[in-house]
Amino acid sequence: MGAPLPAPAASRLFLSGNEAVARAVWEAGCKVAAAYPGTPSTEILEELAHYPDLYAEWSVNEKVSLEVALGASMMGARAFCAMKHVGLNVASDALMTMTVTGTEGGLVIAVADDVGMSSSQNEQDSRYWGRFAHLPVLEPADAQEAYAMTKAAFELAERHRCPVIVRMTTRICHVKGRVEVGERVAAEPSGFTKDARRWVMVPGNAKPRLPLMFEREAALAAEAETSGLNPLYDGNALSVGFVASGPAFMHVREAFPDAPLLKLGLSCPLPLKKIRALAERVQHLVVVEETEPLVESELKAAGIACHGKDILPRLGELAPDVLRPAIARLLGGEAAAPAHVPAQQVFPRPPTMCVACPHLGVYYTLSQMRNLIISGDIGCYTLGAGHPWNALDTCISMGASMGMALGMDKGRGAADANKKVVAVIGDSTFLHMGMQGLLDITYNRGNVTILLLDNRAVGMTGGQDNPGTGRDLHGEEAQRVDFAKLCEALGVKRERIRVVDPYQLPVLFKALREETKIEEPSVIITDRPCVLIDHYQPTKPYLVVDERCTGCGNCVEVGCPAIHVTRRETEVKASGKEVELSFVRIETSACTGCGLCVQPCAPEAIVHAEPVHPIQFLRKQ
Amino acid sequence: MTASNKTTNILVCGTGGQGVMTATEILAEAALSLGFDAKKTEVAGMSQRSGVVTSHLRFGQQVLSPQIVPGEADLLVGFEAAEALRWVHMLRPGAVVLMNVGRLVPPVVNIGLFDYPDDPVAEIRALGLDVHAFDASALALELGNIRLGNTVMLGAMADRLPFPAEVLREAVLARFASRKPQLVDVNRQAFELGRRAVAEEALAA
Repeated sequence: MGAPLPAPAASRLFLSGNEAVARAVWEAGCKVAAAYPGTPSTEILEELAHYPDLYAEWSVNEKVSLEVALGASMMGARAFCAMKHVGLNVASDALMTMTVTGTEGGLVIAVADDVGMSSSQNEQDSRYWGRFAHLPVLEPADAQEAYAMTKAAFELAERHRCPVIVRMTTRICHVKGRVEVGERVAAEPSGFTKDARRWVMVPGNAKPRLPLMFEREAALAAEAETSGLNPLYDGNALSVGFVASGPAFMHVREAFPDAPLLKLGLSCPLPLKKIRALAERVQHLVVVEETEPLVESELKAAGIACHGKDILPRLGELAPDVLRPAIARLLGGEAAAPAHVPAQQVFPRPPTMCVACPHLGVYYTLSQMRNLIISGDIGCYTLGAGHPWNALDTCISMGASMGMALGMDKGRGAADANKKVVAVIGDSTFLHMGMQGLLDITYNRGNVTILLLDNRAVGMTGGQDNPGTGRDLHGEEAQRVDFAKLCEALGVKRERIRVVDPYQLPVLFKALREETKIEEPSVIITDRPCVLIDHYQPTKPYLVVDERCTGCGNCVEVGCPAIHVTRRETEVKASGKEVELSFVRIETSACTGCGLCVQPCAPEAIVHAEPVHPIQFLRKQ
Repeated sequence: MTASNKTTNILVCGTGGQGVMTATEILAEAALSLGFDAKKTEVAGMSQRSGVVTSHLRFGQQVLSPQIVPGEADLLVGFEAAEALRWVHMLRPGAVVLMNVGRLVPPVVNIGLFDYPDDPVAEIRALGLDVHAFDASALALELGNIRLGNTVMLGAMADRLPFPAEVLREAVLARFASRKPQLVDVNRQAFELGRRAVAEEALAA
């Protein structure tokens, strides 16, 4: 790919927080960058892939990406790793010991919290890792700061020889603002130094290093007091003073421009003296932090009186409309809410599967089967829990469908004796953390049927590549995992592994029925690609012949968004039973001709549209 | 809206895949080209699967918080009729709504769990807002591609901004000139169709 050259130094660009971090990583002379896709952090590595003079990869999971970064740091190279908040849970095993060894080349970890939970399974606060691992945490408040703090993080990492966490949130990652960029400064790796006492963490070597970690933390605390990353914005309204970090800093400035405000750019360890000095000047000190009361608790432990989660919500974003009334009440009044138009009730519009998505066939089939317990996982196919399928019973963490399915099998009592346990997992999630679970199933003789939905993409985050797609981060050819062979190597019998086309509903139905009857581990691999990836080939679209449609509604149960109900009727059968009828049409301009809806249509009312319309469907730009 | 020290707040809404985020980005580029500070934010996570999308654009001398709070939007641009209705509470009283009357009916309505509002335009008008409604989807299809809808919507906004319409038109065309030059002409037409749709709708009203 002929990638355009990076914009020259001193350019003022309009960048998202993620793009700004990528630019800073490149300018800092970083040599190795690794990540696993995860909203809202995904675009950092996608962006870095376009920069020259550094190695960037999609790793199979966050733990591996952090270990790749650590290895590069051991060579004396600057290294970077990005992940979403839950990704650091996966990587934490490596993190908790690399804080003991420390690092050599500057190692920066950007971790993106999903404050407000737009696309995650929880709202955990990654700033805890700074406390837990005794590592510095930087918190940018917009894209310009994300850029500047990422560069500062490399400096800090090398000065203190430890990893530095840059805590982002959705409102940093995906907010665009003006960013003035600078020059790239190349850095040559200093070289690997064999030093078992530093790098081989057996107890005898690790123990003497623990005091070094606490000395480092004390040095960082001293630095936090004087660091330019923690500026005081003075103000003359002394009834309330604020301590804030991240996006909350901007919200406080917006809502209370005249109040003194200490901004925590380096928020761990805390500049306690500086905060105490502010507390002494103001009537009330309020800590504004998303999401947990970390700073607040530490201030209270240090004997600094403050307000925080006693007056502010524990969940979600702390935007000006949340702050204004809370502070007004603290001061004994009520904030005048701006006059606004009253909210109107409108139907919900949850995310749906795409037109012609290969998962539609899978969930239609699952929804038609009885006595299944369906252990789910994380990806587009989590949407199978929604309407009209209601065919996914759990979603916890990456790869969890496997272990939970085994636990369901082993933990079942008489109430579930006749239930079949099915696990549903996508290709990338399987490689991320699912395959170990499958090994556990085969090793422990679990009775589980696994649906491995190989759509050759990390679909939910935008169709990224992974070891199952045969392409790398740069879109270049890479070795492609053979899922059938992999499952066989993990202990599934060859005859219990089937590869089926998810658009062939009878084949899929038969495979599922047979495999769930057999009391041993089996894997059904579906092998059709995501409709959003570039290689997807649409075919001739369909339409509904009105006079043939009987209103049975079978096609509606497929769940394709191109099928629309045009009218409903209630029919009274000869038996006196009332039946709801739904007559339909197909949005031909959206239909890509997958043929799924044709199969359950008894009256053959769905036929190819002639002449073939130009196909317009959504692609990632 | 007038050009002053006041920050201008524009909320663009629609559903995943309609080009809401791209349109807002072009609008931001137009504001930036005049030397304004600007911040644009959206929550895009699962919205890419045809869910709800809103994009907030704030521009002015200096922009701090990127979020528009309820009651502070000056202009609501709805790419889909029911979505415009969903976000009216973000507007200050008497504000302007530019909306596509085109409908995208989601599966939850098709399977009968919820109803689509009978007449979103009338419901919004009844709230005392300055509503300009037109069929952007039909105009886009007239030019041969539903995806021109976002340029039609940009054209519709052009005479409601605190800067000349030509600035926005240049930003639209510059973007296509650099990425897909073969689409410059059709986007110019789409832009003008949107602009005219609002002007004519205003005359008819």
